Amino acid sequence: MTGTPLIELVDLAAAYGQVQALKPTSLTVAEGEFVTVLGPNGAGKSTMLRAAMRLTPASGRVRFRGRDITRLSTHGRAREGIILVQEGRGLFGQMSVRENLILGAYTIAAGESVEARLEEVFRLFPRLKERFGQTASSLSGGEQQMLAIGRALMAKPKLLMLDEPSLGLAPRVAAEILDTLGTLNRDGLGILLVEQKAPQALRLAKRVYVLSLGGIVAELAASEVGSHHDLSRFYLH
Amino acid sequence: MISRVSTSTDRPWRALLPVAVVLGVMAFGLTSSGYVVTVIGFAAIYGIFCTGLNFFMGYTGQASFGQNAFAALGGYGTAILCGNHYWDPLAAFLVSMVFAGLVAYLVGLPTLKLRGHYLAMATFALGLITYEISIEWNGLTQGYMGISGIPPLGVWKFELANEKQMLVALTLLMLLGVWISVRLRDSRFGRALRAIAGSEPAARALGIDVARYKLAAFVIAALYASAAGSLFAHFVGFISPEVFGAAMVIQSFTMLFLGGIGTTWGPIVGAIMVLMLPEFLRGLKELQDVVYSMALIALLIFAPKGLAGLGSLFARRPKAPVPTPSGAPARAIAK
Repeated sequence: MTGTPLIELVDLAAAYGQVQALKPTSLTVAEGEFVTVLGPNGAGKSTMLRAAMRLTPASGRVRFRGRDITRLSTHGRAREGIILVQEGRGLFGQMSVRENLILGAYTIAAGESVEARLEEVFRLFPRLKERFGQTASSLSGGEQQMLAIGRALMAKPKLLMLDEPSLGLAPRVAAEILDTLGTLNRDGLGILLVEQKAPQALRLAKRVYVLSLGGIVAELAASEVGSHHDLSRFYLH
Repeated sequence: MISRVSTSTDRPWRALLPVAVVLGVMAFGLTSSGYVVTVIGFAAIYGIFCTGLNFFMGYTGQASFGQNAFAALGGYGTAILCGNHYWDPLAAFLVSMVFAGLVAYLVGLPTLKLRGHYLAMATFALGLITYEISIEWNGLTQGYMGISGIPPLGVWKFELANEKQMLVALTLLMLLGVWISVRLRDSRFGRALRAIAGSEPAARALGIDVARYKLAAFVIAALYASAAGSLFAHFVGFISPEVFGAAMVIQSFTMLFLGGIGTTWGPIVGAIMVLMLPEFLRGLKELQDVVYSMALIALLIFAPKGLAGLGSLFARRPKAPVPTPSGAPARAIAK
């Protein structure tokens, strides 16, 4: 990897009371790179993303485009262009699809066209256009995930972090969503994806980190995962 | 073509219906005796107070048991400035609001770092402290004796001559309060508040400065409360600490939940119902309180979203989503 990374987590660590959920962990994502973090349930993947977003208290440092943002608040990080699609999607169930999407554009500068952003999201997820006036809670699981990603895209992120977007979805819907992430990445968006088990996510990713028991145990090119017997057994099948 | 659900803007009669009901109640007041005028006037004042409370509790999802403190600041501000210093009522009204807003800002800065029950207790303490000050600071508030001789509402040389003129003014001010509340709710600011009510972490992750917005909602609620306190002082011509005591908090909560918390017209409907229902039950004599309490309980059981929420029972429902391979529509989502 050359040049300044898009995001750099340096010895990021977090604990819930006495339980060390994330040991000092370092990770980078380059501009326009697709990085996947794999790991079993309880490995600390969600904690790492929440710590990167300062939704969970953490030690260590976070740099974004070379600037130290360790002391920057969660909303400040979002304004910098780091958007997290949380596990459980974090949608506002009683608000309409439209309102959820418009809230996603909260950080974009006044005068920029929200309508243009909406059209862009509808181009990627046409189903959201059909569900425009419905409440988020009335959508199916797959549609909710599309809405969560669509809302994140409304903010024109520079880095999109996703916490297990395929969780609980039928394989076909999960594949559709991951395909869209691939399209976004080809358009230059940096993506940090956390998954438990996702052969397709590995096909999209350039690099992979493997997280286990709160710490990174491997970092390798995505193409190398197949040649590692244990990794291949756990994460490709 | 973007599909839309029908809104009140699509069907203007639905948006205008509550206004018509409010105007109908006011018209009833104008043709009634002085006592009924007083009760409906109180309903308008409480309607303003609860609209502000709804902003903080309904739209923003926070708890405040201390809004009576800001009503007291408005009431005493008006009483002292108009009654003792002969200020113009409008000037006293505005200065009291600014002062209440400033106090809300200063108190809210540390207090709003708390959440849930802790925030509720802290705000309750604020109400108690204000109550004690209004009793103990005799030189300024005249303690339990209260302050009398407060002039009616007016602007410069024009003064509202009687209760019925006051009722018209109170109703118009209440409708203005609701209109401002609706404009704020439907703005970018209001959407951010509703996002905070849905999930604070999710709102933060979208770039919303949660602490700043909660503080702004708290200050707005305080401005409404101060306005209600000032109007009470002008309407009755007398205030004392009891007016702004814990009973005010309990009564306003009843109004808010009965009318429909988080709805536009719920606070107004609740205020009218809570203040007028006992008058309709007056003929029951000693059973009045029992029947009144039972009626409130029944309303809360059969209309858990409040009386304003009953309208949704008759609203056209959007089509159910087409099932997808990912399963049935999921519910609730914000973590």
